Amino acid sequence: MRARVYVTLKPSVFDPQGRVVADALVTLGYQDVQDVRQGKFFEVELAEPDAAKAKARVTEMADKLLANPVIESYRVEVFE
Amino acid sequence: MKFSVVVFPGSNSDYDAFYAASAVIGEEAALVWHKDTDLQGADAVILPGGFAHGDYLRTGAIARFSPIMASVKAFADRGGPVLGICNGFQVLLEAGMLPGAMVRNDRIKFVSRLVPVRVEQTDTPFTAACASRQVLHMPVAHGEGNYYADPETLAALEEHRQVIFRYAGAAGEVTPATNINGSLNNIAGICNRQRNVVGLMPHPERATEAQLGSADGRVILASAVKALASLSR
Repeated sequence: MRARVYVTLKPSVFDPQGRVVADALVTLGYQDVQDVRQGKFFEVELAEPDAAKAKARVTEMADKLLANPVIESYRVEVFE
Repeated sequence: MKFSVVVFPGSNSDYDAFYAASAVIGEEAALVWHKDTDLQGADAVILPGGFAHGDYLRTGAIARFSPIMASVKAFADRGGPVLGICNGFQVLLEAGMLPGAMVRNDRIKFVSRLVPVRVEQTDTPFTAACASRQVLHMPVAHGEGNYYADPETLAALEEHRQVIFRYAGAAGEVTPATNINGSLNNIAGICNRQRNVVGLMPHPERATEAQLGSADGRVILASAVKALASLSR
């Protein structure tokens, strides 16, 4: 299975990088940009044929390493 | 006493800390590789500054899985004094040995200069020789020193007097203008509830001789010597 993990800063945590990107977009002429939040994206390939097991496994990985639960939240999707 | 300084791949203040502890303070010091598990009879452990494992993923996120970290945690659990400086502070946060986390400095600015820092509490092994509210001039050099904790954690830190250092002005005033990186409550350093694990972003080991611009950092390591002497008395 393959899994995709999306890691984003929690809404309560200020995202200075996202703010700078938003400012740059406005400078480029995209006046309608109101906010940007920057995050991380991981693709994990694993030797686990069962989707439910794979999802549980990758969720554990996200908890332990890929995301820092103090400041970040994450979402896991699995694919064939 | 003996200071053991952990060396991660990417540490760059390891030898500064070793030099400060041995040549400046005059105590025994050892460098310990991160893949070892033996702290070599340390009385105090220093996690130095730098960019352990290239700061890949998040600062300190990979370093906390180094084999030596289990020994550092066991040492801290026995009450052993542990000091995390800059990247070492980030490793302690990722390891859960100190509460909270670091995010990018506000305005995405890497800050590298000498800053005044006010000592908030003197009942830790690394501030025992400081005067209350003493202002220390120490260099900072970081891009991710913006301390964050959720409101409950922050309130608990303040309630239990776990904020040990704050970014201040030269006269010791703590204001939004003296906050160099956006840290909540101007936090530059904290300790754990047991008070033996301390992390700070400024570099005391780079401010130990007048030629370096400041010798104010000496008191941080001298504090460990004083604290251990009073324990063994």
